[in-house]
Amino acid sequence: MAHVPHEQKPGIIGWLDYRLPIFGTLKGALVDYPVPKNLNYCWNFGSLAGICLVIQILTGIFLAMHYNPTAAGAFNSVEHIMRDVNYGWLLRYMHAVGASMFFIVVYIHISRGLYYGSYKSPREVLWWLGVLILVLMMATAFMGYVLPWGQMSFWGATVITNLFSAFPVIGDPIVIWLWGGFSVDSPTLNRFFVLHYLLPFLIVGVVFLHLVALHAHGSNNPLGIDAKAPKDKIPFHPYYTVKDFFGFGVFFLVYAAFIFFAPNYLGHPDNYIEANPLVTPMHIVPEWYFLPFYAILRAFVFDIPFWAIAILPLAYAGYLKWTLKKSGECSMANFLAALNPSRAEGAAGRMQRFLAVLGVGGFLLLIGLAGFVIEAKLAGVLAMFGAILVLLFLPWLDTSPVRSASFRPLYRWFFWLFALNAVALGFLGSLPAEGIYVVIAMICTAFYFAFFLVVMPLLGKYEKPLQLPESISAAVLKH
Amino acid sequence: MRSFLTLVALLILTPALALAAGSVKPPRQVDWAFDGVFGTFDRPAIQRGLQVYREVCAACHGVHRVAFRTLTDVGFTEAEVRALAAEYMIKDGPDDSGEMFERPGRPSDRFPAPYPNEQAARAAQGGAYPPDLSLIIKARPDGANYLYSLLTGYRDAPEGMVVPERMHYNPYFPGGLIAMAAPLMQDGVTYQDGTAATPEQMARDVVNFLQWAAEPEMETRKRMGIHVMIYLFIMTGFFYAAKKRIWSKVE
Repeated sequence: MAHVPHEQKPGIIGWLDYRLPIFGTLKGALVDYPVPKNLNYCWNFGSLAGICLVIQILTGIFLAMHYNPTAAGAFNSVEHIMRDVNYGWLLRYMHAVGASMFFIVVYIHISRGLYYGSYKSPREVLWWLGVLILVLMMATAFMGYVLPWGQMSFWGATVITNLFSAFPVIGDPIVIWLWGGFSVDSPTLNRFFVLHYLLPFLIVGVVFLHLVALHAHGSNNPLGIDAKAPKDKIPFHPYYTVKDFFGFGVFFLVYAAFIFFAPNYLGHPDNYIEANPLVTPMHIVPEWYFLPFYAILRAFVFDIPFWAIAILPLAYAGYLKWTLKKSGECSMANFLAALNPSRAEGAAGRMQRFLAVLGVGGFLLLIGLAGFVIEAKLAGVLAMFGAILVLLFLPWLDTSPVRSASFRPLYRWFFWLFALNAVALGFLGSLPAEGIYVVIAMICTAFYFAFFLVVMPLLGKYEKPLQLPESISAAVLKH
Repeated sequence: MRSFLTLVALLILTPALALAAGSVKPPRQVDWAFDGVFGTFDRPAIQRGLQVYREVCAACHGVHRVAFRTLTDVGFTEAEVRALAAEYMIKDGPDDSGEMFERPGRPSDRFPAPYPNEQAARAAQGGAYPPDLSLIIKARPDGANYLYSLLTGYRDAPEGMVVPERMHYNPYFPGGLIAMAAPLMQDGVTYQDGTAATPEQMARDVVNFLQWAAEPEMETRKRMGIHVMIYLFIMTGFFYAAKKRIWSKVE
């Protein structure tokens, strides 16, 4: 990453760069950095996410100068910002709308990675870091929504922190520890404020690693094939700087339209009512960007017996093995095998693995037969977290050798089905969990997981990819 | 790309559709001066609305986030604001002997609430709590239309519906039963500008006042927004032209 100059160049910058190679490094990353020349506008969303992070941090710092993180003072201090602080309303609306914009941008950024196979070798760690950023963002956004201390802030915080009580034995002590008391109150608000201020700087750190990982092998591209000749790539500056700036302009038009003309459209009216622990809102809903996960959480209305937990993973391991075309390829089964602590080869290894599986499976089966279950609430919580964690395994669940969906006739359809399903889940998350909605939410949840766990390996086995072009330049010139 | 935009649009629409799924009678849609991108404050209406608030609503409801000094934004002179503030007695203190005392209001004060706390309000109102109105327009879905519909929506309960004592039927209120009696009567106030004080007119005026109370920055915000949009539009155009020109060398 660091570009240390071989000899000192003339001038002050040359003197400094010889000792602290910051200018050379920045030039390498932002000016000379070679990028495939065929990127489409979907590739604008990475830099847009970066801009969103910077805006959130800057507006957040100024808001924090006027904010009071106590149960008695929080709501009043936010109204003080809105009414008395010079352009306080602008700062707050930029920050509140900015959070929604950040999620729109990041969800499109992730969808782009999903469509063009950007998570595949050698970009698995790049993808992992992205998932980590998403998790940190979600934690930050959730705690930020609590800070205005409106009704939805308070009850959202109550519902979400209460999720941890689903864990047996340790659940309730964890919740009390999180709250710093016996209900969501001032201590909870104060720590959420501290963490809401801290986490974005951790995100900055992970973003830096994300960029280091990106620059190791460069950007993927719509064709999903590696750049071969030097003419496949162009320098980042001026080509992608100007393209990114055009993207910023379009983004700011949308962002500003919300800030100035519909600043509360993406929020909930109940959050303009001060938090009241004695009055529960009719429907407690999280922010729109959490709705799909909220739907998954509430889709589990049935207990899961332990015998199912004994049988399902075994059956699934068998399924994964069956989807392999040949041994030795990059796949989930081999990834799990690599994690196996027992390195014994051959018959002895097989025996060891067989005994281990038999032992664990038999134990689960026994307590399952004794009537133990995973309660619906815990199952929902695990599924909600699992819905994000499953992304970590994506590079190994997808066994297709082709990256881009443009050359994957079946995957392309499943991708759009998945996107539609995610929107449907979001819609269901906003509706009350009653009647037919629960059934639909269950079906959508099943498809959400099946897309990753079942469809991905299956497509790798059966899908016939289209003919890949010779090179990026060849494909570009053909058009 | 178009598919992505559709996806984004759907994501944005989701919360709005969710709101529409409620069971309460949807509010009547009224044309307001403050609606839309070019919306402004209707200052005469806001001033009339302030009169309705002070003579009718203020008996039970506060607007305790509104400072007297901000009334200059809706057309009152500083002298008028000083006089209006002085009509209120504000609790202050403690003084040098440690006693709380009352003094006439100053422009820097806020409208005092009618009750010292929620318990006092409930005790006086037979258990119901009249909420503070400073943010009411933002705290209800489709707030302005909702409030107008509520204020003008009192009618006889449908056949077979039992209305308990101290409660009143109003189809726009969630659940249909509201503790507040119909507050606006024909000629309930006498407008100084000669406007006829029908219940509809008073409801319209008080909504204008409360809209301003909830979003005093609205006019500045929208005007700034138009300038920002024009600026961004031109800037984006320049970047697009620059992008076209620079990329013409590629391939």
